[in-house]
Amino acid sequence: MSVLVSLDPSLRDSVNLQSHQNISRCYDCDKCTAGCPVAYAMEYGPHRILQMVRFGMKETALASRDIWLCAGCETCGTRCPNDVDIAHVMDALRQMAVREDIRNPANDIANFHRVYVMLIKLFGRMHEASLMGALKLLTRDFVSDMDAGVKLVAKGKIPILPERIKGAGEVRRVLKGP
Amino acid sequence: MKFAYYPGCSLHATGLEFDQSTRAVFHALGVQLDELDDWNCCGASSGHSLDALAAVALPARNIALAQEMNLDVLAPCAACFNRLKVAEHAIKTDPAQRNKIEDAVGFAYAGTTQIRNPIDVIVNEIGLPQVRAMVKRPLDDLRAVSYYGCLLVRPPEIVQFDDPEHPRLMDQLLAALGATPVDWAYATVCCGGSLSLTRAKIVNKLVDDIAAHAREVGAQTIVTACPLCQINLEMRQTSAAKMPIVYFTELMGLAFGLQASARWWSKHLVDPRAVVSKYATA
Repeated sequence: MSVLVSLDPSLRDSVNLQSHQNISRCYDCDKCTAGCPVAYAMEYGPHRILQMVRFGMKETALASRDIWLCAGCETCGTRCPNDVDIAHVMDALRQMAVREDIRNPANDIANFHRVYVMLIKLFGRMHEASLMGALKLLTRDFVSDMDAGVKLVAKGKIPILPERIKGAGEVRRVLKGP
Repeated sequence: MKFAYYPGCSLHATGLEFDQSTRAVFHALGVQLDELDDWNCCGASSGHSLDALAAVALPARNIALAQEMNLDVLAPCAACFNRLKVAEHAIKTDPAQRNKIEDAVGFAYAGTTQIRNPIDVIVNEIGLPQVRAMVKRPLDDLRAVSYYGCLLVRPPEIVQFDDPEHPRLMDQLLAALGATPVDWAYATVCCGGSLSLTRAKIVNKLVDDIAAHAREVGAQTIVTACPLCQINLEMRQTSAAKMPIVYFTELMGLAFGLQASARWWSKHLVDPRAVVSKYATA
């Protein structure tokens, strides 16, 4: 990690505002990272991402795969002795990274979420067959999970046609934000 | 007793047997479920990953629909339940967010609609004595671990479900069915469901750890209350002998002697019949 990155002193405040948290309360006990189920696959782990936000290391934090690897399980926030909901902080960082179109090695996960939200815009509900299809096109991986997919279709658990709700327009209005 | 039933997208697709068993069990318990008309997706993990307003306004539209029906919401999917509770919490505790949500959805929150999960309703409302009275075929000798996962129990101040580190509600329910709930350390450990389609290798390890520990404590099945955990635990196990993953509602239907239960087991990717068939009533 380079120390000579440009620092953004407003980062902490904007993340606090967006996540409805006060990360200045963090005293680096690392309990969040100790209990994080995906920390083993992360670059830094949740407590270091929090440190970066406090120090204003915006580029490093937003470009780390860790913000997209967070599974949103809320173990960290539940155990935090200072009541920081770190999963909400991760959400705020993701939203910021998407708004600012930051390059990230885990951008495929961001794209998965984009497709997911796009399908909700179209139908008002999720349609797994479209989601899987779009994911295959995006990743160009046409082999993974095909056997499970075929089984699920045969069991009637992945409907071929989407359910489209009458209020899809209302849902689009809710989603018109970023 | 009557609820606005919010199945959510999973229960209309990969969680089909959760939908069918929930409806069957509540019918048997004399509870009416009226499906929320024109309900929308709660946004799941993608909504809150990308958009702070969508994260709460998408679920809030469903609260608005239930409010019109003047009913409490019954949300079996742990992820939907969680998102509805997060939206409700934002409306109740943050006036600025409440204004934004009410504007986006076009409704005025009245506070008359509660968000309920089936386990909470069954244990705290209907009560275990009535569950025990309904049991026709006790699940004797069935060693099962309750898998609560994440979203049902966390964040505790928002979902207000049970103790977040040591929940007991599902274990009490399983005991009422005559099964033997076994203590284990993975009841609330994340299975990585939200990464299942994007980081299968990471998730394989999480799921294998959970299944291995269930096996270690001598469980024959993992009992879940979440359709995302259920399919993730079935799909991402890598060992040759796979642990069956069943919904608590399926075990209730089985113990109640409901004939419909025979149709649920074939929907699974890991066939649980070796474990459950002996309890089927003719």
